[in-house]
Amino acid sequence: MSAAADARAGAGAAPAVIEVRGLVNRFGAQAVHEDLDLDVYRGEILGVVGGSGTGKSVLLRSIVGLRRPNAGQVRVFGEDLLALPPERRSRTERRFGVLFQRGALFSSQTIAENVATPLIEHAGLDRAQAERLAAVKLALAGLPASSADKYPSELSGGMVKRAALARALALDPEILFLDEPTAGLDPIGAATFDRLILTLRDALGLTVFLVTHDLDTLYTICDRVAVLARKKVLVAGPLDAVEATDDAWVQEYFHGPRGRAAAAAHPARS
Amino acid sequence: MGADSIEGTARLDTATTPARLLVAGDWTLAHYPALQRTVAALGAPLAVEAAVDFSALGRLDTAGATLLAGLLGARRLDALAAADGSLPAARRALLRLVDQALESWETAAPRPRRVPAVLALLERIGRTMAALWRQQLLLLGFIGLTLQTLARVLPRPRRWRPTPLAAHVEQTGMDAIPIVALLTFMVGAVVAFLGATVLKDFGASIYTVDLVAFSFLREFGVLLTAILMAGRTASAFTAQIGSMKANEEIDAIRALGLDPMELLVLPRVLALLVSLPMLTFLAMLSGIAGGMLVCALALDVPPAMFLDMFKQDVGVRHFLLGLCKAPVFAFLIAVIGCLEGFKVGGSAQSVGEHTTSSVVQSIFVVILIDALAALFFMEMDW
Ligand SMILES: Nc1ncnc2c1ncn2[C@@H]1O[C@H](COP(=O)(O)OP(=O)(O)OP(=O)(O)O)[C@@H](O)[C@H]1O
Ligand SMILES: [Mg+2]
Repeated sequence: MSAAADARAGAGAAPAVIEVRGLVNRFGAQAVHEDLDLDVYRGEILGVVGGSGTGKSVLLRSIVGLRRPNAGQVRVFGEDLLALPPERRSRTERRFGVLFQRGALFSSQTIAENVATPLIEHAGLDRAQAERLAAVKLALAGLPASSADKYPSELSGGMVKRAALARALALDPEILFLDEPTAGLDPIGAATFDRLILTLRDALGLTVFLVTHDLDTLYTICDRVAVLARKKVLVAGPLDAVEATDDAWVQEYFHGPRGRAAAAAHPARS
Repeated sequence: MGADSIEGTARLDTATTPARLLVAGDWTLAHYPALQRTVAALGAPLAVEAAVDFSALGRLDTAGATLLAGLLGARRLDALAAADGSLPAARRALLRLVDQALESWETAAPRPRRVPAVLALLERIGRTMAALWRQQLLLLGFIGLTLQTLARVLPRPRRWRPTPLAAHVEQTGMDAIPIVALLTFMVGAVVAFLGATVLKDFGASIYTVDLVAFSFLREFGVLLTAILMAGRTASAFTAQIGSMKANEEIDAIRALGLDPMELLVLPRVLALLVSLPMLTFLAMLSGIAGGMLVCALALDVPPAMFLDMFKQDVGVRHFLLGLCKAPVFAFLIAVIGCLEGFKVGGSAQSVGEHTTSSVVQSIFVVILIDALAALFFMEMDW
């Protein structure tokens, strides 16, 4: 398994696991996406950036099949989720792990149960097995053992993110969708998080669709970056190529004060 | 994870010295139960000195890595990390990571044990009783708080909130008109049928008119409406305020220096104080109309005669006695609905529990007060 190597060798070599073509999303009169195209290749970490309200979360929801687009096509593993019969669709969905922007933990379960639930439902484990695996995932996500029996309403904002990551990892998915995972994490936690994603990707060949505003995350772990602006993917490619794009917003983003600071901290990449 | 997946195995080959542990196949979540049995049979962590051969290892995920890390033990993993055997660096890193994660949890304090069932039952009974008592105090306190807020707001017309009040009157009153009218109409018809059947034996079936009129003016009009409102409105109040509580909106209101009592509770209480009496009046009318229809069809008492008897036998005081209970019920239903909303904790389940509780409590209170009122009115000979 050389997915990691594939991703580094250049995105073009690996097959696309997610293909978005001509996507249109509208809410009433407001168009969020207009004829949007995007490819995500196997084994890569794709960073998705864009201003607030440019439709990153909506794009994520369209890809995982939670929102029926007004037009266009989304193919994941070569299949159109919305056209699949329920049984096959559920089987495909098990190959995803999704971390929602607001965590979306089940509020009436402890976080250990939150992670164990998909394991019991889908992997056919008994409770003891599921709880042991859940403990591993929670520990991987950086939560202390004392938090396992807490309810989501008793967690801090950053802990919610970690628990949500543990749940997203529960079924050892092939594609990980992360919506602003490091927002609300302390810098040490965010760095650990970046390393975790990288380790998992290298060992498991995960594909990661990562929506983020965290420039450090972009510089440290992303193989490619897609910029969402003006209802389209403005540019998608390796960081240096994106940085060099001649667009006011992109320039402001990467060469504004924060962008410069982050770039300076990661000279190897830029 | 498809059909092409080969179940993982681990076999100890003792023919060679040192012994060799052969790890092969896919170590993934799909094979977890079988792999766990394999690992348990070998005894984790592996005691004997053995070299590990990963050359036939297929897929590996975090579930498989957990088992493998447990099987190999920390010491061997350390050795593994240093040397480069048949395992790629990325996978060694994963095994280390999982092992560290396991360690951090296993050295942590053990999780509290569960208490035995009998004790749990006793504890639950105790808690319920204590909660019941606390609930009564809380309700009294909340009623006081509501009245206090009302007294504070009433003299200051600038702080009246006509818009939410009107919206709540629409939701709790106007929108309930069809269901209240239909339900009481049918109950009215049923009471009339019942009266006609029973009174016929005494040759007094004409008094069905009085039966319908008395029962609806004094009791059924207000009682049925109040019970409907308890089911419809108390639950809505609890769910609305409860989700706001779960979503920290109530905290936001407080942090903005606003008063949730004034903003959320007062408009709801006042709205129900307006709509429940109006609905009660409607319920009386439509119940009597139902009775009148049955009388006309089954007893040959035409509406004109029905109304004549009505005027003759039934004093206006019965109407007033029934109607005067409406504001009391309205106040209690609204207050219970709002209070239960404020008691919601952080979870969706808690919203559900308190919604149920608010409906049960408000129906209970309505029926209890109605019974007490009936006793009182009887003693007073009203
Ligand atoms: N359910 C909805 N109904 C109406 N409009 C919506 C809905 N969901 C999203 N929108 C609109 O779509 C646009 C894109 O929203 P989206 O949540 O995707 O933004 P985002 O790029 O994720 O922003 P952020 O970085 O702040 O999370 C916004 O203008 C938002 O108002
Ligand atoms: Mg978003």
